[in-house]
Amino acid sequence: MSVRLADRAPRTTRHPIAGTGGRTAAIFLTPFFVLFLVAMIAPVVYAIGMSLFAERRSGLGFGGTETEFVGFGNYVDVLSSETFVAGFGRLALYCLLYIPVLLGTALLFALLLDAAVAKAKRALQLLLFLPHAVPGVIAALIWAYLYTPGVSPFVSALESGGIQIDFLSVHMVLPSMVNIAVWEWAGYNMIILFTALQAVPREVLEAARVDGAGEIRTALWIKTPLIAPSLGIALLFTVIGSLQLFTEPTILSSATTAVTSTWVPNMWAYDAAFNRNNLPQAAAASIILALVAGVLSWVVTRFASKGRA
Amino acid sequence: MMIATTAAPSRPAPDLPEGPSRVPGLPPREPADHRRSRNRRSAGRPGASLAVNGILLLGVAYMVLPLLWLLFAVTKDAKGLYGSSAFSPGGAFVENLQQLMTQDGGIFWRWLGNSVLYAGIGALVCGFVALMAGYAFDKFSFRGKNGLYGFVLVGVLIPNTATVIPLYLLAASVGATNTIWAVLIPAFCNPFSVYLARVFSAGYLPDETLEAARVDGAGPIRSFFSIGLPMLVPGFVTIVLFQFVAIWNNFMLPLIMLQDRDLFPSSVGIALWQSQVQQNPEFSTLVIAGSFVSILPLVLAFIGLQRFWRSGLSAGSVK
Repeated sequence: MSVRLADRAPRTTRHPIAGTGGRTAAIFLTPFFVLFLVAMIAPVVYAIGMSLFAERRSGLGFGGTETEFVGFGNYVDVLSSETFVAGFGRLALYCLLYIPVLLGTALLFALLLDAAVAKAKRALQLLLFLPHAVPGVIAALIWAYLYTPGVSPFVSALESGGIQIDFLSVHMVLPSMVNIAVWEWAGYNMIILFTALQAVPREVLEAARVDGAGEIRTALWIKTPLIAPSLGIALLFTVIGSLQLFTEPTILSSATTAVTSTWVPNMWAYDAAFNRNNLPQAAAASIILALVAGVLSWVVTRFASKGRA
Repeated sequence: MMIATTAAPSRPAPDLPEGPSRVPGLPPREPADHRRSRNRRSAGRPGASLAVNGILLLGVAYMVLPLLWLLFAVTKDAKGLYGSSAFSPGGAFVENLQQLMTQDGGIFWRWLGNSVLYAGIGALVCGFVALMAGYAFDKFSFRGKNGLYGFVLVGVLIPNTATVIPLYLLAASVGATNTIWAVLIPAFCNPFSVYLARVFSAGYLPDETLEAARVDGAGPIRSFFSIGLPMLVPGFVTIVLFQFVAIWNNFMLPLIMLQDRDLFPSSVGIALWQSQVQQNPEFSTLVIAGSFVSILPLVLAFIGLQRFWRSGLSAGSVK
């Protein structure tokens, strides 16, 4: 009650309608920002702080540990760790392969569904989207079996065709992982792009037809540029998503020795925290990953908004 | 190419209805299929139709065959899994489910219950908190609004897994790891939900309705609960659905936060069994049966709640 009364009196000049000003907004915003502070800001600040210190065992390790300020020492250690850099290299390679394949597949399906001759569009959309309802852990498990010779119908089908592929070998495991992620996310992105295609104005497409453009040319040179903003959003979320890579390699690491415990940066940080008990380095690795994600997101956002202007 | 840069960005999401004409409390309408007539006119070439529908069917096969494999695999015992043709049924469906139910004193049902608890409560609280914030960002004017909203958007851009280890470090320093709160509190907060809530508030809730309520003497809090909330129900359901799936699917956070097996959600529990398959291949039937049971509710929810995830996806893709 008191809040409402206080809100009314002095603010009426700036806000002709009572109760649309800052104090009422604060009531509505406080729960979220308290959670935001506790669940995102405070942990990151705490981790930054922690990453600037190191724990040194005094004496022979019996005298307990001392905390010592090391500045960017942990960051230097992390960035000069061969396994961390190799992990980042794998992640980069994964992104280079995954992002074009994913968005290409999603765009292809969206354009095909949008084509005049496509049938049963609603049912097809649902079926193409269905893998997205499967949790990442389960998706990785299903595919782990589908990559295993003796269990997989696909491996045996390829073998009877004379093709021998070990999907879990050192060289194939990265593309195999890309396949799992494409399977999970292509339908999701397809729906975003298909929805955008539905909003393409009819007159534009009719004009193209009058000018003699066929379906394929219309799809590539009229429809695709028109949905560039949605493609930009899909790209942004795919970039953020790819950097999170953890679940699939962690699950596959129990199926193949080709995936080590430090295979990608997230796994490296996990390994640092829980196997090597080096929490400051784990913190530093997480901060590096968040920074890279932030910079990449910013670049993509800039790039996408340029495409729009 | 000139036309290319004009139209699409400024259009509203097709699923969001145009203001006051909406009936409050009803789910969003399906997008108007205003292009059907165009589609029919050119549907004359059988070759093109064959190619388009053929490629689409290949895509469907790629998406559905792995799920079909799971459906058949869950009916087989360990021998049948390795020895029989993949797309033929076995006779061990009931035994597999029984084994799943009784293994380790029926712990799988506990894991499933934990998943329901984390995802259910997490998504409901997250949806409500986000709706309030999104509503405030859409309907109220105050100093620093844009800056504060920009802060939320920065939160959208930080990958979840980059904050998991920092979150663990903080939780460990206050002794909150290995409790349900370590999983629930992060689930309550999702900046993307606030973004969606703002889009929904702008799309479903005309300013005039709220102004009318205020003229009639309703305070801001009462207006929100008696007018805003009922009209935002479809948006609320969409946000809750997305957050539910996100929490249900989350693996890294509970894996890191929880040590007590009784607190695991199903994703972490099944992964634990999978890690034992190499020593004991019998566990593979457990893993497969567990996977089958734990995706069933989600697949059914997605089929039943189609219009909500559609509207969520299109709202998410608006500028």
